[in-house]
Amino acid sequence: MTLKREGNRKPNECRPIVMEVGVVPNSNGSAMVKFGKTTAIAAVYGPRSVYPKWKQRSDRALLNCIYSMLPFSTGERCRPGPSRRSTEISQVITCALAPAIFLEDYPKSVIDVYINIIEANAGTRTTAINAASLALSDAGIAMKDLVAAVAGGVIDGTYVVDLEGKEEDASKCDIPLAYMPRNKQVTLLQMDGDLTPKEASEVIKLNIKTCEQICEKQKQALRKKWEK
Amino acid sequence: MSEENQRKLVLPGEEIISSLDYLPGKNCFREGNSIYSKKLGTSYTSNRVVSVIPLSGVYLPKEGDMVIGEISDIQSNGWVVNINSVHDAYLPLSGVRGFIDTRKTDLSRVYALGDMIYAKISNLIGGDSIHLSMQDSRARKFTSGRVVNISPAKVPRLIGKEGSMIKLVKDKTGSRISVGQNGVIWFEGGDEERSIELFKLIEEEAHTNGLTDKISGMFKEEKK
Repeated sequence: MTLKREGNRKPNECRPIVMEVGVVPNSNGSAMVKFGKTTAIAAVYGPRSVYPKWKQRSDRALLNCIYSMLPFSTGERCRPGPSRRSTEISQVITCALAPAIFLEDYPKSVIDVYINIIEANAGTRTTAINAASLALSDAGIAMKDLVAAVAGGVIDGTYVVDLEGKEEDASKCDIPLAYMPRNKQVTLLQMDGDLTPKEASEVIKLNIKTCEQICEKQKQALRKKWEK
Repeated sequence: MSEENQRKLVLPGEEIISSLDYLPGKNCFREGNSIYSKKLGTSYTSNRVVSVIPLSGVYLPKEGDMVIGEISDIQSNGWVVNINSVHDAYLPLSGVRGFIDTRKTDLSRVYALGDMIYAKISNLIGGDSIHLSMQDSRARKFTSGRVVNISPAKVPRLIGKEGSMIKLVKDKTGSRISVGQNGVIWFEGGDEERSIELFKLIEEEAHTNGLTDKISGMFKEEKK
């Protein structure tokens, strides 16, 4: 059985990926990542002093990720400002990136990561993580590894990766996963939908494989900025 | 493996060397048998210590560094100085040459808000307490001139090997220049516009090889 996907892509193929490093000149580090029609821009500020002061930790830095979907990013205008959904995703992204950073190298400071989704067509949190990870390394922050992320699902019994809007609705489930390839560590794993344990583990395997490919692209994007 | 001093671009988490004969130096860490880079930068090996020079990032203060800062607050016993780093620095009265009687002198008459000073980092405590000192022959207050900021990671390149690059810029533009390790550059006189151009050029191309030769070549071509 063959599944017809938009742009004739294979089930284990991502949408066309564009990655660019250093897109926000006033930030310490920034990146734009595009997966098909989902685009995220991440900008990193800091490490800088923590305000309010009581929030600071003497032994490590705080990581503060803010995810927001811009009003024009969706078909129907979405309300600007923080929402229940964006607050949750911000938290999830923070947890996905924190294990990759040497937070203990920057005591009493905060690393701010602002991620704006300027175009949304499913997979915004994974695109956001990809962009944020690139922006963090561009900002010269001490990291253990790059973090790559992708979502997978099951459509008509076929395991597919990097779902787009329509596919997400057709899929039985949606499993976003973030991954650090060097140590083979999973830093984010979410799941919604209804599926069997076998399907779940197959999708996770497929996601991990794809994350490794995405990480290679991230490395290329970083090298491209500095190698002339 | 031989001690190769080939500079190589490394990414965070990239393996630099897999050997127990080497030690991880600055911006590197060991895991198992391998040494990995912590930051985006160029790696080099000296005396079997592997280090990485970062290509970007905010200024992280080091004792003994000369920095250029702006007075951002005056307190009863000293000045708060913005040095473009994670935290503000503090210049205590004890760091200033000569005796100042706080009962008789207004501290703003020594250094007022907004003054730019060239000071030495004398003391670092616990990461957020940065103490400055003016008790150094190079330290001074700037009363005129201009200031530009570049990325602090590019400062070593602007100075060059034993000051070769900055000497070249000074010679060719006739400006008087002071470079702070925090990426703030003060300059005055000579061809100021030309100086800014050169600072920006060096900042943009800091990671390329043979930059000093390229810039001196640039001037030679102009003469012809």
